[in-house]
Amino acid sequence: MLAYTIRRLLQSLIVMLVVALVAFSLFRFVGDPISSMVGQETTLAEREAMRDALGLNQPFPVQFFSYMGRVLQGDFGISYRLQQPVMELILSRLPATLELALISGFFAFVIGVSFGVYTALNRRGWLANAIMTTSLIGVSLPTFLIGVLLIWVFAVEFQVLPSFGRGDTVDIGWWRTGLLTPSGRVSLILPAITLGLYQLTLIMRLVRAEMLEVLRTDYIKFARARGLSNRAVHFGHALKNTLVPVITITGLQFGSIIAFSIITETVFQWPGVGALFINSVRFVDVPVMAAYLMLIALVFVVINLIVDLLYYAVDPRLRVESGGAKH
Amino acid sequence: MRKFLITASVLALAAGALPASAEAETLRWARVGDALTLDPHSQNEGPTHTLNHHIYETLVGRAVDGSLTPRLATEWGITEDDDTVWEFKIREGVTFHDGQELTAEDVVFSLDRARTPPSGMAALHAAVEEVTAVDDYTVHVKLSGPAPLYVQNLTNTFIMSKEWAEENDTTTAPNFAAGEESYSVRNTNGTGPYRLVSRDPEVRTVLEAFEGHWDEAPAVTEIIYTPIAEAATRVAALLSGEVDIVQDVPVQDIARLEGTDGISVVRGPENRNIFFSYDMTSETLASANVDDNPFAKPEVREAMALAVDRDAIRQVVMRGESDPSAAPLPPFVNGWTEEMHAYDAPDIERAIELMNEAGYEDGFSVDLHCPNDRYLNDEAICQALVGMLGRINMNVNLVSQSRSLHFPLIENWETDFYLLGWGVPTFDSQYVFDFLVHTREGSYGAFNGTRYSNEELDGKIEQLATMTDLEARDALIAEIWEEVMEDRIFLNIHNQVLAYAMRDGINLEVHPENQPRMTTVTFD
Repeated sequence: MLAYTIRRLLQSLIVMLVVALVAFSLFRFVGDPISSMVGQETTLAEREAMRDALGLNQPFPVQFFSYMGRVLQGDFGISYRLQQPVMELILSRLPATLELALISGFFAFVIGVSFGVYTALNRRGWLANAIMTTSLIGVSLPTFLIGVLLIWVFAVEFQVLPSFGRGDTVDIGWWRTGLLTPSGRVSLILPAITLGLYQLTLIMRLVRAEMLEVLRTDYIKFARARGLSNRAVHFGHALKNTLVPVITITGLQFGSIIAFSIITETVFQWPGVGALFINSVRFVDVPVMAAYLMLIALVFVVINLIVDLLYYAVDPRLRVESGGAKH
Repeated sequence: MRKFLITASVLALAAGALPASAEAETLRWARVGDALTLDPHSQNEGPTHTLNHHIYETLVGRAVDGSLTPRLATEWGITEDDDTVWEFKIREGVTFHDGQELTAEDVVFSLDRARTPPSGMAALHAAVEEVTAVDDYTVHVKLSGPAPLYVQNLTNTFIMSKEWAEENDTTTAPNFAAGEESYSVRNTNGTGPYRLVSRDPEVRTVLEAFEGHWDEAPAVTEIIYTPIAEAATRVAALLSGEVDIVQDVPVQDIARLEGTDGISVVRGPENRNIFFSYDMTSETLASANVDDNPFAKPEVREAMALAVDRDAIRQVVMRGESDPSAAPLPPFVNGWTEEMHAYDAPDIERAIELMNEAGYEDGFSVDLHCPNDRYLNDEAICQALVGMLGRINMNVNLVSQSRSLHFPLIENWETDFYLLGWGVPTFDSQYVFDFLVHTREGSYGAFNGTRYSNEELDGKIEQLATMTDLEARDALIAEIWEEVMEDRIFLNIHNQVLAYAMRDGINLEVHPENQPRMTTVTFD
């Protein structure tokens, strides 16, 4: 177990390094940060001096290694755009993104599972068909459009929900939460739906397919033969067995919810790390872009690591194989 | 219900606005991006100045008609005995937000801070040799030569407290290379009409009226400033009543907003013109399929001017929201004339004739570089131009990309043909000549992507800087323009038009530098 964990940790580290390298080499194609940092009156000589001072004229490997050296010491630099320390900026934006991701993930899971079960049990019902048809919207419409549509209907036409921002927030230590105020909770609704709709559809379709599969198996027939109620068969036996893959997928999707929140955050002016990243790209704010991409890589790596370790704990075959290799 | 409440509150506003300023009045203001910093000298950038103008003040202000108005300076002028020295009389009885009194010492300190790198304002004060306080309320600025227009450079240079800056260790503008945050980035102490209450960068900035301000109390007592990057969301926030004023209205939404009950739109000319320019000097072009440089031939430049249909661009691309002009400068800038502004109707036949005369019967191909996130509909303007030049056998390849990739091309002379927008913050033609016409050397010609180099003209341009006889100077400006227009260095398309949308009952004029002052807002 220990050897396996260490091996996986080392692999994760390599993945992080590769992400940093790829991200860093991409920045050279984003453009020149200097032209967004200075006014139009700045002379060419002054621009060049600034480029020198920021180390932008150094060869790529030198830039990369000096950056990694600073990162290893915990120094992510200062934002070219907002002139604040990068880590502080990201940490101040992270709660907004995490709250949005958690709420929309939770919403997608609960509704996705309920709809999935319902459509599996009532395959020929008109409501189930209606749900299945409309769920196509969730898969096929781009997030951007869904967000704008929701704003149009609920903020502009009915004026019941806010169109942008996070509402009032409360600080608990460094964690700035919007969950404790009415306006904060109301502000979450539209972005959470926008962000979670795709996941919801995915989970619903997965649950439905798995349920249909499980309902055909022998042990369900035996359960019915034992005279168990429909309720006990459906939820006690069938659903329980469908949930294992569903939970795995949901866990893995959580990483992409955080990563995909970029679009939702932009549409709703949600002050999270995704919006910070987009604004940074426009300005070629290299320190923030680099830190953000490493953060996202970290999220994926950690989730995958946990999933791998859970498999190891759950699936005895993995242990046998690694044990067998020693002989 | 919500709609009714809003209507009711608007009525209440209207009723309550008559006794004016005593009422507490909050204004919710949205625009596309946030101020980059609250430091008064760090960034020479529009949105940053716009917000800072509410917290800090400058010696002289810029009114909506482009004229200079007294602000922290009550009088200014060149001293009689030395024409290289500007004298400023500082307003008495002005206090900073922390209660300290403003004196000449603070002004001297601020001008020195602003002209010292890494300040973003340094280039505007490059000619300053020394700033001294003559007495408590008089400041002398000594320049390297006579500078009749120096005061025009002061409309965005803010005055801060010397003592406050020293206490908080922020005596120079923030330095990126040092990698540390400066206290002044998120904390302020100005003399402006509003005090900073809270700031969450890119989320919300709250300002409240400063009771100790020297001027009349503004009608707006609280400002809530929220950047909303997405155009559709910004407009939706105004329509749903969540904000009161939207500053950056997308061109395609202007007509619809005007037709909406309860919303009004104001327009005005912006201090920015959009033009195309080309390498008219090199022997050959990197991206062309011919051996010589077609742009070097006057016939080709004239043919291009005849092929462009500015009115079509205005109607189709800009939805009527632009001011077509052949003059590469905004109308309120010193040196602008009606003759420069006038443009000919497109004449394709004549243009093709000219192309043939120049020896391009089969036309030629060339790359056009265009930004896609800098000016109003910049990419669409370029697309339109590609089609128009196609009619005179020019095969133009459009390369449109982000501003951070586009501008270095002009800076490094890596483009043959490009779009550029130019604002004239000094409101004088010399600024255009210095940056766009003069040969690239030293502080001159940084955006001269044409490689144009005319020694005689350079001499005239340099002369402008020190001429104190304004009449002779204006004559020289006209002379330079005549030559520039004759040589067709610029293919100007239009001046941008600004539009602000707001709830009915709010009055705010368009500011030519796109720096609206909420102190000028009135309520019906």
